[in-house]
Amino acid sequence: MALEVDGQSIELDEEGYLVDLSAWTPEVAKALAAAEDVELTDEHWDIINFLREYYEEYQIAPAVRVLTKAVGKRLGKDKGNSKYLYSLFPYGPGKQACKYAGLPKPTGCV
Amino acid sequence: MSTKKFMFVNRKAPYGTVYALESLEVVLISAAFEQDVSLAFLDDGVYQITKGQNTEGIGQKNFSSTYKALGDYEIKKLYVEKESLEERGLTPDDLMDLVWEDEDDDWAEKPSIILVDRAEMADVMAEQEVTLSF
Repeated sequence: MALEVDGQSIELDEEGYLVDLSAWTPEVAKALAAAEDVELTDEHWDIINFLREYYEEYQIAPAVRVLTKAVGKRLGKDKGNSKYLYSLFPYGPGKQACKYAGLPKPTGCV
Repeated sequence: MSTKKFMFVNRKAPYGTVYALESLEVVLISAAFEQDVSLAFLDDGVYQITKGQNTEGIGQKNFSSTYKALGDYEIKKLYVEKESLEERGLTPDDLMDLVWEDEDDDWAEKPSIILVDRAEMADVMAEQEVTLSF
């Protein structure tokens, strides 16, 4: 699979995740979301940016339980719950948000 | 699902074989099942959690920072054998500062590393219901 962004072809694996994590740009995130009929809002970006920082620091994509707890700590308890995260990422905050953030599929995602 | 005491025993250096990385991945996956997980570091396994690892020369991914995420996964018991450190000229100061955050105590950082001597390590192992050795 491949995704066209600004005339560039971005390679995706069979599940739609980036093959080369360094190929990510915000435009790539928008294109990945658009391919699933999602328009990214500031609330989406909060989560995407958080995931990218987490990956930078720990070299892993966090499991959804870890993401939920960490979002609660960083962005407030009203956002650190699965109802809020699923409202943003109905296909699963781990899988879908990590995909848009250009991360691998979360470790511990079974 | 009932909770069991799981221990992952790490005996090998972080690079050169795939054991350390495989162990870490299984540990992170096991956390999804909400079991009572602890890790043991002994023999060359103590090198897995040393500070200042640099893999540039061998062209492999440096995954040492991932151990710092263990606290987020509710893995708070990292038993390190004193004798293994001493035999390698290491002290606890050579190890990464691995902590977990206590949500019920205003996210206070608490140490995850528990230093034990060989006899204490044997006792901790004897308490386990499932032991996986890497």
